[in-house]
Amino acid sequence: MQDEAPQNSLQSPLSALAEEAANLAAETVVPLGKGPGEEPVKPVNAKEERKLYASRQKVYPKRVNGRFRKIKWIVMICTLAIYYITPWLRWHRAGDIPDQAVLVDFQHQRFYFFFIEIWPQEFYYITGLLILAALSLFLVTSVAGRVWCGYACPQTVWTDLLIYVERFIEGDRNQRIRLDKQPWTLSKLSKKTIKHVIWLLIGFATGGAWIFYFADAPTLLHQLPRGEAPFTAYFSLAFFTFSTYLMGGIAREQVCTYMCPWPRIQGAMFDEQTFLVSYHPTRGEQRGPHKKGTTWEGRGDCVDCNQCVAACPMGIDIRDGAQLECIQCALCIDACNAIMDRVGRPRGLISYDTEANLEALARGTEVKVHLLRPRTLLYAAVISFVGLFMLFTLTTRATVELNVVRDRSPVFVTLSDGSIRNGYTLRVLNKEHEAKTFSVAVEGLPGARLVRGGNVDASVTTVTVPADLQQADKFFVILPKEQRSLLGSDGAVDLSFTLTDETGAKTAANMSTFRGPKS
Amino acid sequence: MSDKPKIDEISGVETTGHSWDGIEELNTPLPKWWVWTFVVSVIWSLGYVILMPAWPFPGANGWEYTKGLLGYSQRVKVTDQIAANEAALNVYRDQIAAQPIEAVQNNDELFQVALASGKSLFGDNCAPCHGSGAQGALGFPNLNDDDWLWGGTLEDIQVTISHGIRWDDDDETRINDMPAFIKDEILTPEEGSAVVEFVLQISDQNHDAAKAAAGATVFADQCAMCHGEGGEGMTMMGAPDLTDAIWLYGGDRDTIMESITNGRRGQMPAWSGRLTEGDIKELAIYVHSLGGGE
Repeated sequence: MQDEAPQNSLQSPLSALAEEAANLAAETVVPLGKGPGEEPVKPVNAKEERKLYASRQKVYPKRVNGRFRKIKWIVMICTLAIYYITPWLRWHRAGDIPDQAVLVDFQHQRFYFFFIEIWPQEFYYITGLLILAALSLFLVTSVAGRVWCGYACPQTVWTDLLIYVERFIEGDRNQRIRLDKQPWTLSKLSKKTIKHVIWLLIGFATGGAWIFYFADAPTLLHQLPRGEAPFTAYFSLAFFTFSTYLMGGIAREQVCTYMCPWPRIQGAMFDEQTFLVSYHPTRGEQRGPHKKGTTWEGRGDCVDCNQCVAACPMGIDIRDGAQLECIQCALCIDACNAIMDRVGRPRGLISYDTEANLEALARGTEVKVHLLRPRTLLYAAVISFVGLFMLFTLTTRATVELNVVRDRSPVFVTLSDGSIRNGYTLRVLNKEHEAKTFSVAVEGLPGARLVRGGNVDASVTTVTVPADLQQADKFFVILPKEQRSLLGSDGAVDLSFTLTDETGAKTAANMSTFRGPKS
Repeated sequence: MSDKPKIDEISGVETTGHSWDGIEELNTPLPKWWVWTFVVSVIWSLGYVILMPAWPFPGANGWEYTKGLLGYSQRVKVTDQIAANEAALNVYRDQIAAQPIEAVQNNDELFQVALASGKSLFGDNCAPCHGSGAQGALGFPNLNDDDWLWGGTLEDIQVTISHGIRWDDDDETRINDMPAFIKDEILTPEEGSAVVEFVLQISDQNHDAAKAAAGATVFADQCAMCHGEGGEGMTMMGAPDLTDAIWLYGGDRDTIMESITNGRRGQMPAWSGRLTEGDIKELAIYVHSLGGGE
């Protein structure tokens, strides 16, 4: 039981420093959790701690400083900046289309990405992007393990951010544990309230940024407080506020361990050449407390200080070896390196290393790392192939398309002079940003006459399609009686429609069939 | 029972005391998230029963139901939606009803509305006889082609739809009479047969030239009044062109003989009482657009 008086501390970082300083002065690293007034350190999610039916034990990750922590801060700032700023980037577009660089316009069924504009039927580009993303993930995972999980996954980034807020308000590990144990006081209530309010505000900002990807951002920002925005905007806002708060603030490591399928798939992507955050038992064991000045002979470098366990946001002990729970965030490396510096031993007791090398070390040798191996080369090759293929199709894609829909009811019409008439609906897609006029012609059926339907003069065989739109026009093809012999015994003959633009270039064509009575 | 709960040795979990063939059932507690979801569902359902239509009960006039405080009704909602759609469409319908049919045809927006409405009106009212693609059937004209008994301009089609053909209840109905020449003994079977050969001749089919020459005289006396001297038909009279490739009942020797023997009296209802003026305009524009409109 903790009977200590609650310590008020919004100056928590300071008291954390004081703790560190006290440890430094003691000349010997006091194992964490065994010093005066410290909370015991346990890897709460270590295998033997985990029963099938057990309440979650809260993880209180301790703050660490170091190279990987710095990288994680930079990644967090970059990813959040991209996420929040992107919808506000402007890009000039013609007509009524919002001048937004990245816009998913469900209403008009368009996706804009800077100079790229994607129509619904070109959704395979998105499929291609997803394939690229998946393959990149495979490549990175086979080279350096769960880099995505440890650094860039939104779950990690937002959890990191929310833990930062928690640490800022409630203090570092020991203070947070004590605060949770102590009875409810006004000070505890106010700290908890402030923390949860800030978490909810961050969640609100998350949802707030999300909705701007789906509408003109300045317009939507204007509508939001006035209650004029669409229902889906408010719903998404509420949904993302709640889910960010729940996943990042409350559920945290449980999302990675229990909800996310990726950790289960990962196992198939590591091999013995994959860099993983690893503890070196050959160097570390036998572990045990070490008094400054005493010899390092006959013992391992691990001073059993528990810093790596306290730093772990997943609540495990990296010294137990590779585990499903480990997201490879490398914070234990930072924690351990700081201690190694202090006790005067070389860094890297915990570091990125391969299984092959760990085994070699156990045999007393070392092996070289093979970055270029069949697995990584294959992934890289497939990524290049998919990427180049997408680039090729994107640069050579047609900006004008023609689809021909033949009338089926009736299949054909016999006219009074004995000629045969077929009806066609021509759908012309104009993906260019200006209206275009095309003259329509029919090929493959000598003597056939092209006649315009609808309320336009029958002799007009040009169509004008507005910018960025698709237009359907009705046409008839009439085959004179004398030419009926062109129809084969099945009464059908192939013909094609062509579009020619004002410059005289043939811009699109498509096939169809002309049918008459079977002979 | 005052017995102490039995604990399973392997899992350390309390058992229910039930045992089948020595296998005991663990009394594993329900997951908390499940329990809470259940509790919230119960609370939700209480609120739902109070606010929304919920319980049926037998009332004075058959089954009734608790209406709920919000007064929500899907039926009312659908009725409102239909009314809203109708109101939106009526903006165009009113214009179509008010303007002459040519004006509607030349207004792109109204033309598209008329085409779409006309198509669905056609499916509901005309397709049973004329076919879903207006391709017609034996005795029911194909409306896609360029051969019109009573004229194929917008106004002609509008009049035909409004007043029907040989429709007794309509005073302005289009009417003509193809006599039963042989049955009523206006012509002898020999004369009739000769006229058939003449009609086969003018429609460019195999014929007996000698008989056709005789038939030409009979035709000039009896048929030309309506069908024209060359048999080219007369839309004023609703008399079909006998020289072209299109036949309402068939253009072979036997069928033409049958037409001359018994006459033909096809009918089409007058729609002016059943459809509104605007509906008929929309139908006329749709039929006109099928490709044969003049």
